[in-house]
Amino acid sequence: MDIKLEVQNIKKIFNGRKIFSDINFQLENKSALAITGRNGSGKSTLVKILAGVLSPTNGQVDFYLNGKSIDLQNRYQYFGFVAPYLQMYDEFTAMENLELFARIRNIEVDKDYIDLLLKRVNLYERKDSYVREYSSGMKQRLKYAFALLHKPPLLILDEPRSNLDAEGISVVYQIIQEQKQSGCVVVATNDSEDIQFCNQEIDLNQFRNIAK
Amino acid sequence: MNKIFNINSALTIFIKDFRSELRTRYALNALIMFVITTLAIILFAVANETPSIEISAGILWIVIFFSAMSGMARTFVSEEERGTVMTLHLIAKPSTVFFGKLLFNLILLFLMNIFTVVLYLILIPSFIIKSYDIFLLTIFLGTIGLSAASTIIAAIIAKSNTKGTLYPVLSFPILLPLLMIVIKSTKSALEGIEIAKAMGDFQVMIAYFVVITAVSYLLFDYVWKD
Repeated sequence: MDIKLEVQNIKKIFNGRKIFSDINFQLENKSALAITGRNGSGKSTLVKILAGVLSPTNGQVDFYLNGKSIDLQNRYQYFGFVAPYLQMYDEFTAMENLELFARIRNIEVDKDYIDLLLKRVNLYERKDSYVREYSSGMKQRLKYAFALLHKPPLLILDEPRSNLDAEGISVVYQIIQEQKQSGCVVVATNDSEDIQFCNQEIDLNQFRNIAK
Repeated sequence: MNKIFNINSALTIFIKDFRSELRTRYALNALIMFVITTLAIILFAVANETPSIEISAGILWIVIFFSAMSGMARTFVSEEERGTVMTLHLIAKPSTVFFGKLLFNLILLFLMNIFTVVLYLILIPSFIIKSYDIFLLTIFLGTIGLSAASTIIAAIIAKSNTKGTLYPVLSFPILLPLLMIVIKSTKSALEGIEIAKAMGDFQVMIAYFVVITAVSYLLFDYVWKD
């Protein structure tokens, strides 16, 4: 699968305050991009714009799959997203959450694959527990199963190590490495260990306070 | 060609909301308690008086309107409060989310209206339906119109800070044409007129539903995103 993410002149203004502007980059197959910057520099805002859940004030994000442009409304099928602020449904079990997400995505509910994902993130033993009973680290692990459920060519990770223990971090690094072989990864982080896995970097500190 | 929305996905969002509602009782308890409380107050207020047909029809829809206002907003507000809005963004098209939520509100409002009408018939002796065909059609079309308008307004107010107060205030002008026509049609059902004479009212209710649903579909993408 040949993919390309093209970002042109992205600018975001929130309540009259400019977060960043003139962001341009291109991401192609088998690559990983690190988005860095101090707190409040707009890392999470930028990844939300890339994922299509937030609109930029100016500029555009184009996504191509095998040379064909994918419109904004259908991009969710090709993106996986993990962030500390992403929430699963607390009143359902991990298994129920993943089955519902697969059905809503209109993909086959492959229980073997879901089991495999849950084993990978070390939640298989607790797959029938309600998410409200999970610790914050377990919830973060479940988000990785959620992001990989539809085998997306582009994985967007905001603070990928958030709430994870050493074992969880090692699983995340494996996921990033594998994703780099089959598609692309975008990582918003300030952690030097995370940045090591990336071959491109955008430092948002450079895009602040530039005249509107 | 892109479909307007995915029926299977919308149905799954409906099933998710229904199962979630059964487990959390976000809207159901509020709706039931509101109906019971409002009817109890009406009973105290009416006492031994016999309200006219116009008043009886009006009170029924006042109960339905305010009960709907107390429960319908939950579909989007609960997603916003629990932070699951982004999760939905990442798994479905906006139009699919809208039609899934609309279906949920529709079923919830139907159940609530059946409960309200049964209680109303038991508790208000002067409320005697003479044309059941007009009455049932009015409840049916009134419910779908009310749920269509409530769904898009719920999506709008879920983003605001003053959710509770804004919902009935924003809903009232949008629902006023529908409320006027359903009250008139309910009055016709209580007077026992022929269904043919009420056809004009039903056409207005159908047109209201079609217009509100079409506008909601066009608007939802903007409402949902930021």
